Amino acid sequence: MTRAAKALVVVLPAAFIAIFFAWPVANVISTGLADRGWNALVDLFGSRRERGVIWFTIWQAAVSTLVTMVVALPAASLVAAMRERHRRLVRALVTVPFVLPTVVVGGAFAGLFQRFGLDSGRLRLDQTVWAILLAHLFFNYAVVVRTVGSYWAGLDSRLEEQARILGANRWRTFVEITLPRLRPAIAAAAAIVFLFSFTSFGVILILGGPRRATIETDIYRFAVTRGDLQTAASLAALQLVAVLALVGLSTALERRRPITTRHARRASNPIKRAWLWGNLAVTTLILGTPIAVLIERSLSVGDGYSLRNYGALAHRVRQLPAPAMVALQNSLVFAVVATAIAVLIGGLASLVVVHGRRAVGRVFDLGLTLPLGTSAVTIGFGILITLDNPPLDLRTSWWIIPIAHALVGVPFVVRTMVPVLRGIDESIREAAAVLGATPARVRREVDLPIGSRGLVVGAGFAFAVSIGEFGATSFLPRRPDTITAPVAMFRLLSTPGDRLRGQAMALAVVLMAVVAVAVAVIESVRGTSEGGM
Amino acid sequence: MHRPTTLFAVAMAFALVASACGSDTPTVADTLEGTTITLVTHDSFYLSDGTLQAFTDQTGVKVELLSSGDAGTMVSQSVISAGNPVGDVMFGIDNTFLQRGLDADLFEPYSSPALADVPDEFELDAQHRVTPIDFGDVCVNYWTDALTAAAPVSLDDLVKPDYADQLVVENPETSSPGFAFLLTTIARYPDTWPEWWQQLRDNGVKVATGWEDAYYTDFTAGGGDRPLVVSYASSPPAEVIYADPPVDTAPTGVVNDTCFRQIEFAGVLKGTEHPAAAQALIDFMLSPTFQNDIPLNMFVFPVSERATLPQVFIDNVTIADNPATLDPAIIEAHRDEWTAQWTDIVLG
Repeated sequence: MTRAAKALVVVLPAAFIAIFFAWPVANVISTGLADRGWNALVDLFGSRRERGVIWFTIWQAAVSTLVTMVVALPAASLVAAMRERHRRLVRALVTVPFVLPTVVVGGAFAGLFQRFGLDSGRLRLDQTVWAILLAHLFFNYAVVVRTVGSYWAGLDSRLEEQARILGANRWRTFVEITLPRLRPAIAAAAAIVFLFSFTSFGVILILGGPRRATIETDIYRFAVTRGDLQTAASLAALQLVAVLALVGLSTALERRRPITTRHARRASNPIKRAWLWGNLAVTTLILGTPIAVLIERSLSVGDGYSLRNYGALAHRVRQLPAPAMVALQNSLVFAVVATAIAVLIGGLASLVVVHGRRAVGRVFDLGLTLPLGTSAVTIGFGILITLDNPPLDLRTSWWIIPIAHALVGVPFVVRTMVPVLRGIDESIREAAAVLGATPARVRREVDLPIGSRGLVVGAGFAFAVSIGEFGATSFLPRRPDTITAPVAMFRLLSTPGDRLRGQAMALAVVLMAVVAVAVAVIESVRGTSEGGM
Repeated sequence: MHRPTTLFAVAMAFALVASACGSDTPTVADTLEGTTITLVTHDSFYLSDGTLQAFTDQTGVKVELLSSGDAGTMVSQSVISAGNPVGDVMFGIDNTFLQRGLDADLFEPYSSPALADVPDEFELDAQHRVTPIDFGDVCVNYWTDALTAAAPVSLDDLVKPDYADQLVVENPETSSPGFAFLLTTIARYPDTWPEWWQQLRDNGVKVATGWEDAYYTDFTAGGGDRPLVVSYASSPPAEVIYADPPVDTAPTGVVNDTCFRQIEFAGVLKGTEHPAAAQALIDFMLSPTFQNDIPLNMFVFPVSERATLPQVFIDNVTIADNPATLDPAIIEAHRDEWTAQWTDIVLG
């Protein structure tokens, strides 16, 4: 690698995060705190209500993460034991919930609660913290299954076999041999789930009911409803600090021990299959039932069922600037561009994190993960007051939408790729070096093919994140003809009438199908790059 | 022969310039031709195809649209970028957010000649920094067939046992119709509204986060078990237009005594480089072409007396003759205090 290319590996991701995240966010927080400075933050802790909000935010995110890990880890092991072909299919399918707008999923959950009498009485789920946890499980299941499942599949299972031969039972083998080696992937997945739950907006408001508030929903409340930028900025600063602390902790966990991965088919599964399938049945119920409700609603017209709502997607209704299909096309174009940006920036950044200087790698790892834990309001306001002068007047540029999506996609790429890169058996790299390969060639022929395993999973995530993104997209000023599918659904649901609602549901179902196919296609790319291993 | 022709041309040029200075003549186009301006709106801004093209045909000015979120989002974004706006004209700031926009000095005053056709009650800013374009009422709606008693006719009815557990409202902290309904109660009962809400709570009112949840989950329309919801005066015609299967009359009705009037304004944004074109757009928004296009697209009512309503609106809407209103300055000054008090009473 030439000196210039080497510099580019560091400069490109650094510039991306500095221009589109660090600068705008720092600017909006310092503007908001200009009058009272950190005293505003002190006031925040002085308010009993805000202390409660801070505590609830952390608590619900931690419990959501725990619940999601406990439910999804067995499924991840099941996925790990599958043939690659099946694994790819499951990985694509679990991505589906990930892209649904919360206003649609919230409606589906609330409908379910009503149907099964869970909206009142002793078994009430509606407007409780249980509904929040359930919805976070629904949305984040994919994160664990995909991240941990893919990593697990790459673990060398010979160690487990040896342990079993030496007399360890299955449970002990799992706890003492498998679990420690999974730690980097588990830490990465847990960090993402925590951050998503930490900054969850629609789920808290719609399913948690009007009494619940988190730092995220309060940032919106103060910045938008009340126009109190000072309190909003203090909350944004607080959110940033909390996320920094958490990500720091998780990266420390992730790096403690390098784990060797190798491509070996796992001979047998360490945990009883019956239990696994039982687990899978339960989660299919949790993930599948709300989706089934959506499909049912999309097909119901008048007194019966028909595909009429789907046909309607081709025609413009007054609530949309273009037919719903055009919104879907826009979403696809944005997602392709956002994924390309995320893969480029995230891929380069991962190399820096793993092979760069320790301190630099650390800063990259932290900096690139932060957008995941930052409110769309903070980033949106930041961009509006920062990138507002030529040559960087990007406030109304078409590019700002895929860039905002990529900000959330990059951490996924980094978080799925770094554990994989770290796990590359050093002996392979050394062997290549001994055989005369230059460091650049080692990187190209060893790191890249193996790293691409993480990269495609991250790319799939980046794509899904972009397709489903609602908060930042609806917050940035956009030209109407760039309307995305989630924004279109929201608009269709904003006027009374069964035909509009039916069309919104049909659009949601088409979006689910599109994302499943697209993620499967993205991840099939890996099959070819792996061929030589 | 040459001289008179030149003189004639000069005279014509003078005449053109002179007439261009008057605001009402078609020759305005000559000075604005080729300008492109940007209209900043919220996400509920809809027009028929070709409506804005009519403006371009008349004036030569192209209009680009930028929309973001709801009215609150749009206003708060404009406030933080005041002086360096993303566009030239804003549409959709309503009386509940108006004062915030005025305080932030967002607008360039402009008094449109077309205001002659607009009743004075809609003009809330004496300095003409904003121009009223449309209005809509937020009112309690009922699903006629699901009511167990006669339809309520007043706020007082809603706290009676007949309507126990039947009403769903939106949280005023997170929903614009929710806030408007709180304003109805404050305008009707300036001193005793907290007691009224306490009674409503005792009567089993449900609180939803937003209009979508209230209307499509809790209200009868979405399969819910509550036949009363805070929605809009124009919801019944929407229920007819987007019914499936088609219906002749709306399944819902409106409690006129519960309505709060929201007025939407447009204004020329301070910092625009095209003030003349921006003003022409404001004039156009009050023209019959634009005004007549409002009801079926945005489900609100035109302010101009020259506008005509579509038949489905005439059949299914009665515009409240005595809607609740409050001064925008008072709304802005008390917003936090009122919503906090409401939260204590209803959710505490």
